[in-house]
Amino acid sequence: MALPPPDPQFVLRGAGAAVHTLHFSCRGESDVPVLFSGSENGFINVWNLKTHRVDTTLDGHGRKSVYCVETMGGKDRLLSQGRDQRVCLWDLAEGRTAVMDSVCTENVGFCRCSLLKVAQGRWLMAMAAKALEEVQVLELPSKTSVCTLKPEVGAKLGMPMCLKLWQLNCSSQPLLLAGYEDGSVILWNVTMGKALSQLVCHQEPVMSLDFDSEKAKGISGSSEKVLSIWSLNEQQNLQVCKTHRLVNTGISDITIRPDKKILATAGWDHRIRIFGWKKMKPLAVLNYHTATVHCVSFSDHKTPGERLLAAGSGDHRISIWSIYAHT
Amino acid sequence: VCFIPGGLDCSISFISHVLGKVCVQGRQKEILSALVPRLTDLTKSDCIWQRMCWRLVECVPERWMEPVLLGFVQRAPGADALSRLLGNLVVKNKKAQFVVTQKMLLLQYSHTTAVLQNLLGYLSLDSLRRPFLIKVLQELLETWGSSSAVKHSPPEQQQYISKAILICLSHLKEPEMESCRQELLTSMMEGVKCHLDSNLPQIRRLGMIVAESISSKINTDGPVLKFQYEEDDETRELKSFLMQTSPSSAVPGLPDDDRNEEADAALPLVLKSDKNPQTAAPLMPDEESDAELDSDDDLVPYDMSEDKELKAKAPLYIRDCIDVLTGCEDVDKWEATVKALESLIRKNPAATREVSVELAKILLHLEEKTCIEGFVELRQRAQVAVLTTDPIPVAKYLTSQFYSLNYSLRQRVDVLDVLILAAQELSSPKSYGKTKQFGAPKPCIQLLPGSDSSKDWRRIVDERIKSKTRRFATGQSQVEIASSPNEFNSVAGHFFFPLIQHFDRPLTTFDLLGEDHFVLGRLVHTLAILMYLAINTVAVTAMGKVLLEFVWALRFHTDSYVRQGLLSCVSSLLHSVPTEHLLEDMTEELLETLSWLGVVVEKDPDGDCRRLALQNLLLMENLKKKLKTVPS
Repeated sequence: MALPPPDPQFVLRGAGAAVHTLHFSCRGESDVPVLFSGSENGFINVWNLKTHRVDTTLDGHGRKSVYCVETMGGKDRLLSQGRDQRVCLWDLAEGRTAVMDSVCTENVGFCRCSLLKVAQGRWLMAMAAKALEEVQVLELPSKTSVCTLKPEVGAKLGMPMCLKLWQLNCSSQPLLLAGYEDGSVILWNVTMGKALSQLVCHQEPVMSLDFDSEKAKGISGSSEKVLSIWSLNEQQNLQVCKTHRLVNTGISDITIRPDKKILATAGWDHRIRIFGWKKMKPLAVLNYHTATVHCVSFSDHKTPGERLLAAGSGDHRISIWSIYAHT
Repeated sequence: VCFIPGGLDCSISFISHVLGKVCVQGRQKEILSALVPRLTDLTKSDCIWQRMCWRLVECVPERWMEPVLLGFVQRAPGADALSRLLGNLVVKNKKAQFVVTQKMLLLQYSHTTAVLQNLLGYLSLDSLRRPFLIKVLQELLETWGSSSAVKHSPPEQQQYISKAILICLSHLKEPEMESCRQELLTSMMEGVKCHLDSNLPQIRRLGMIVAESISSKINTDGPVLKFQYEEDDETRELKSFLMQTSPSSAVPGLPDDDRNEEADAALPLVLKSDKNPQTAAPLMPDEESDAELDSDDDLVPYDMSEDKELKAKAPLYIRDCIDVLTGCEDVDKWEATVKALESLIRKNPAATREVSVELAKILLHLEEKTCIEGFVELRQRAQVAVLTTDPIPVAKYLTSQFYSLNYSLRQRVDVLDVLILAAQELSSPKSYGKTKQFGAPKPCIQLLPGSDSSKDWRRIVDERIKSKTRRFATGQSQVEIASSPNEFNSVAGHFFFPLIQHFDRPLTTFDLLGEDHFVLGRLVHTLAILMYLAINTVAVTAMGKVLLEFVWALRFHTDSYVRQGLLSCVSSLLHSVPTEHLLEDMTEELLETLSWLGVVVEKDPDGDCRRLALQNLLLMENLKKKLKTVPS
């Protein structure tokens, strides 16, 4: 007899607007575990996970929606991307709330940027560029352009919808997976600026994707009812492994837990779904929110038992769940 | 009959004379059924027999040529046999040319398809005769494309001509096609216009099929014309004519029908760039080998039975529905409202009455916001529900809108359909939702949106004839239906009179007597149904009088659909108005109608009109008989 799905461990209220992006930072030993959230009203809230209250609010995007937040090595350096066409780099050490630097993206889309640490103090950031189908990769903090990834003329891919930079290990070349508006996913070689493989996974735009570099397997979700699981073979070619059919259409976000055991999807039908990553076994459907769930994120706690899952929704709440934490 | 070979021309011409005389006197069947098979066998391989046969036919005097030729064409087993039998008769003999190329194709239309195939195949088999084929095709197309022919010739003739055109097209070769490509194109454009303008769906379909065939022949590469129509046996048969190749003839380089078929099929897809995306080719993972290493087993799934499809909730009150339909941005809610509207209206009659006209207005202007299945039907059912709940004000609104400016044809026809369905509901006993009534004395009028009513009319008039001549036995052979007051009684006049009022007053966007004859046809049929349903109502006599005047005013309308409607009006009238009133109030009009019906039966080109007129005359006869049996 299966247990009913668990309730959220706690719910963070007070965001005041739809929550579009979440990012945990719980690794510091002496620090309080913290959750960053970006909302539609342009604020980035720093939530204290012990008191469940907002510690700080950052206002740097001119009240335009913030749709991506990422930390760059610890919770003192934050990167945020907003609809004011800017990527801001924040310095939050010692209680400061200052924008150190910003990059003007000139892009009016919704594509979240992707960060990858390539060396100590050096990151690569991939973001949608000004021209319609292009993706630009910058090096931070120097803000120099590494390359611009242009699809072929006449490819008709549409906007890039979601990006993921990754590398197999520290010494190999960085690669980029990009999902586009026409439903295809392209694997790019960033150093050479060339596309290695293209796969049509969906009939509708690819809303979100995530990739497991160890197993060379990835998953993408779209505005239709199907999740597509694909893999990368030795020749760097993408192939579809299987598809999973959902009950309702629309997925806004997918994320695989760092230990690669489970993954979570954020759905337009207000539900969060948990699957086992190995075989895509459906594990749970978490029903709490009353509007579209925009983002899901797993925490990076060192102790497995403390691991959490956060989901931000259009009903202005962030639900925090402790699910399969002990496996 | 046995011929001795060797210079017997004279005796052959004597035989031709005999043959001709026999044929013209009507004994064609007997003599040719013996002669033709024998000749066919004899001429199969023997050239001398062939020449003799040609001489035989050539010598038939002109005045008797036609029946002989007709007999041969009808009896020959195939186009090549006909070719052997007749040779180049059409080239040499003027009368034969006339019969074959003009009379049999353009002036007569009773011949079977096999005869057509023989004839046109015969013309195509020899290079001397091919010019006739082209000429024939041009003349056929001219007839096909002339708008007066489309309007005034019977449907059977139009079908015959279309078949002939398709068969001709199948025989045409590439070089000939090239030379007359331009003409084909022009005639096709003109012809398709007149055909689509017609009210009869059969004519429209014929036009569409022929146009598609012509277009596929002249545009062998590139996009071809493709219409949307229902496929049935008739259309498939017609299309099959185009695809045949001439049998066993030695003519090389026949038009490649397979190539045409591929060009007909889906337009070539634009291939992607050479980066060639691999389309999803699912590979089944090897599940067995993973079973051992599966550490997912310790992840126990939770109960997921609650995970069902999301459905938007429909509002529960009529006024909420109005709000959603007029201003709501939420498409899920809009969809749910449209689906739930009819039942809400029927469950809350009092609430609906308060807002009935407003609701009717919203529904008349409601357009499809999202793609719902059966949107048109849902909207129509909601409109009918509103109309039956509050008949008088809503009928007043709808009939006034019918004659207003700036409505589309679809909306005006919608108004008519809704009035009919509501009238039917109101006049039938209280069994809402069940339009099929068991053993009903009145036949059911099933009106689906956009369907062609002319088939229904046939059925209805047939039933009427049946009902008029039926003698009721005293035994109860039918199920007793619960009786209830006829709600249509009080509102029949409100439905009927406003519709008939302004038909001759043209507006800037709507001219019933001019271009919009399609709507006029539908209006006339609507009036016929309303008349029919008004039996046993108080207003029926007044309605009848007005209807007869209306029919009289329009009786010479050129559109056959309108005339069929007018005749249905007369049938309904004779059915619904009580006999005594008919004779008292409308004697003169009835007599005039009687004489008009007589004219229609004899002279109207449309077969359906003639049949309807005949049925009306029968009804009137029955009336007279009934009067005679009743002691006055």
